[in-house]
Amino acid sequence: MFEDALKPLPEKAFDYSAAVHLLNRAGFGGTPSQARALADMGLNKAVDRLVKYESQPVEPVKADLFDNSIMSPQTDEQREAARKARQNNDEEALAALQRERNRKQAEDRKQIAELQKWWIKRMIETPRPLEEKMTLFFHGHFATGYRTIEDSFHMYQQNQLFRKFATGNFAQLAHRIIRDPAMIKYLDNDENQKSKPNENLARELMELFTLGEGRGYTEDDIKAGALALTGYTFKDDTFYFNNNNHDTSTKNIMGKSGQFDGDGFLDVILARNECAEFMAGKLFRFFVNDSSGDLSKEQKAFILAMANKLRASKYELKPLLDAVFSSAYFYSAQNRGAIIKSPIQLTVQAVRSLRTPVRELSALASATDLMGQNVFFPPNVKGWDGGRSWINTSTLFIRQNVLVYLLTGRKPDMYEWQASDIPFDATHLVDHLRQPDGSVDMASGIEYLLRFNLAQSPSPLRLQQVMTFAKSRGERLDNDRIIAVLALTTAMPEYQLC
Amino acid sequence: MSEHNNPYSRRLFIRHGVALASMATTIPQFIQNSALGMVAQLAGNPGGAGIPQDRILVVVQLGGGNDGLNTVIPFGMSEYYNARPTIGISAPNATAKGQTGVALMLDQQRGLGLNPSLKGLKSLYDDGKLAVLQGVGYPNPNRSHFTSMDIWQTATTGAKGNGWIGRYFDNTCNGTPIPEGSISIGRTAPLALNGQVQKPISFESAELFRWLGKDLHKSLDDPYQQINRAGIVPETTQTSQAAFLMRTALDAQLGSDRIRAAVGKPSLTTWPQSEIANQLRIVSALIRDGMPTRVYYVSQGGYDTHGGQLGSHGRALQQVGDALAAFQKELVAQHAEDRVISMVFSEFGRRVKQNASGGTDHGTAAPMFVIGSKVKAGVHGDHPSLTDLDQGDLKFKQDFRGVYANILDEWLNAPSAKILGGTFAKSSIIKA
Repeated sequence: MFEDALKPLPEKAFDYSAAVHLLNRAGFGGTPSQARALADMGLNKAVDRLVKYESQPVEPVKADLFDNSIMSPQTDEQREAARKARQNNDEEALAALQRERNRKQAEDRKQIAELQKWWIKRMIETPRPLEEKMTLFFHGHFATGYRTIEDSFHMYQQNQLFRKFATGNFAQLAHRIIRDPAMIKYLDNDENQKSKPNENLARELMELFTLGEGRGYTEDDIKAGALALTGYTFKDDTFYFNNNNHDTSTKNIMGKSGQFDGDGFLDVILARNECAEFMAGKLFRFFVNDSSGDLSKEQKAFILAMANKLRASKYELKPLLDAVFSSAYFYSAQNRGAIIKSPIQLTVQAVRSLRTPVRELSALASATDLMGQNVFFPPNVKGWDGGRSWINTSTLFIRQNVLVYLLTGRKPDMYEWQASDIPFDATHLVDHLRQPDGSVDMASGIEYLLRFNLAQSPSPLRLQQVMTFAKSRGERLDNDRIIAVLALTTAMPEYQLC
Repeated sequence: MSEHNNPYSRRLFIRHGVALASMATTIPQFIQNSALGMVAQLAGNPGGAGIPQDRILVVVQLGGGNDGLNTVIPFGMSEYYNARPTIGISAPNATAKGQTGVALMLDQQRGLGLNPSLKGLKSLYDDGKLAVLQGVGYPNPNRSHFTSMDIWQTATTGAKGNGWIGRYFDNTCNGTPIPEGSISIGRTAPLALNGQVQKPISFESAELFRWLGKDLHKSLDDPYQQINRAGIVPETTQTSQAAFLMRTALDAQLGSDRIRAAVGKPSLTTWPQSEIANQLRIVSALIRDGMPTRVYYVSQGGYDTHGGQLGSHGRALQQVGDALAAFQKELVAQHAEDRVISMVFSEFGRRVKQNASGGTDHGTAAPMFVIGSKVKAGVHGDHPSLTDLDQGDLKFKQDFRGVYANILDEWLNAPSAKILGGTFAKSSIIKA
């Protein structure tokens, strides 16, 4: 019965609106002509195009794109000099050391801002949208925040790790994440020693990264898991196993017994049914439906089918994503417009689908922060809650205003963004509706713009609201009028859905 | 509750007259607007007879798990210094060891002091406006930040369901949400304010509380208002994401003008510079404006002090202590002091023993503060034992739900047993 839940969409049902849905969910949207091209490919090829993205050439991520030396640890000589300065109470030397520390931190904060812009740009430009979308998923899943670790290069390294495993093997990624300097620092595992165990990583590994809170483990399992992870630390930019601090005793973890180290601990976790189910549930909310309230019977069956697929493939993500994006359920009416766009989704999708100017990348980074999603600065180790938690009365205004900024370059007085006078040519959105004389019929143009921008069919009331406005401004659907219609459409509450 | 699920459409007309209801089918968005306007006015007295409608609760959340033992210092207990050899705060009048500083005297007889950075709170204590509740927690403590925070915010040990303040509003509002009933200053609204019907308004800065599009051309304003004030458009499923967004859009419009005007006015007193001070300054401006808001929510982070905590913990405490003292001064200047209390909490305290990194790991019970001219000032309850521990952690003395019950019953005049789904041993911190 679980295979049934994942039964594929009939090939002929993959129409233009299904292609738009696929582009939005498996990526960050696309222009009308991109959606048409995808629809013409047919379901299988379209899904392959997005999931098996390795055939799409992309600018490789270079290890040395960002400076790894800004926050590098002190040399022995520097440490000795600092020790002497403290010992001799040499205030001048101590002040100089403090200044140097402040300078490094200021430089590193500049670099993390550069990193944010770099990633947002990559999401906007990539021919492999699913690669970046899954990187974003894992950033929220294995959430690690710059504020705690204060090392932009470590954030960059972790971001590359997520990209490398974006649609790879989740179990392998889990084994890599307990060796990731940013994660080790964020959850204090560099302090985790057999004499003084620190439970932070062990707890979150089970609660947030693999099993889900309270699912099949106890406080004692956390304590034993923490011992298994003792000695997992890092030196400069690389993982380092400190044998002296590692506890080699026999441990009991969730009914299994052994001299577990970190990998052994993870293997016990990954063998549990709860793990695939937990991951399936999270991916379901990220890709299929993040409505609040209890899951329906049908939703539960779909998540179980996803979990079975993940187990069967030994945590390979590609077969699962392929099955989800090919399934009839994914395209069913109940799952259209059933996800509230994350701030990144809202911003990147607007640029990719409307082809607005990018304007200022720093403004886009600041906007996503104001809307509650500052990349590299998740609110806590739980990541972003998503769904309705994105929306409140203030983020709604910010969401509407970011779109005004993208469409027109105007910025609110309060915002520290650059205003931009790059014109936006929006006429490409209605090119396919042009009559022989080059004009576009007002009514059909407006109806198309609403249909394209809203994830669900626009209600008659909305059509009427926009049409009344547009008609009062003349009969021609020229660029200015298209932008005005887009300003209103993107200010609709339902524009927040995808 | 099914009748509550549709607060922005038909139910309003049923409550306010058949004439409205019959017209609603022809020009729904216009009628909905005016109907809502009526409800907003009626909601100014949400509680009905006997409820003091102008009393206000300000919730101050310290995120990350505040180290209670280094906030209220049990300098009279030698075990404290054994458990915290390098981060134990020295007793008042003692000589400070290392960087720890010397506690401010709170209660000589009980052997209690305040963290040296809490000069602001100390001044409130000396003025008889600070209640300190000792050892507040709950059974089977959860040491996950998120679960424990959800437990505090939902007031259920299962950490599930709506927020306790949201349920307070649901209970008093007869199925109609109170516009601007609760306001959170910050980016995301806390779960505590979320009810089945009642939803909070939240914003970080009042200037960001308007649509920029109408600056493009004045003709855009009308259709924009129609779109965002339409409420739930016909044929939208009430529980859908779309309906949720339409409700929120309407709330945003209703709150926008008034809030921007209120926050724009200068304060009567001077304020320290910090994020938490700025949040409380905004709250004071909204109180001064006479908003119908009953509950305000502010928060400060930075309390997850796993390593090298002396400096960072002290800075966080100083900011919140100074901000609370400034807030109280502003309320005095507004003559609003007698109708506002502030409640300070964190999701848990920290382990008794310090860790190897000069910090402390997640623990359990911790003190709470309640501030105001109408609270019974002083120290309430006994300090938890430092030797009779549960897995290295303090055993709680006062269930936090007993504090909520106390505030609900005696400050907000709401039936706590119904809202909290049970009765709890109540604290006694509100003056009769």
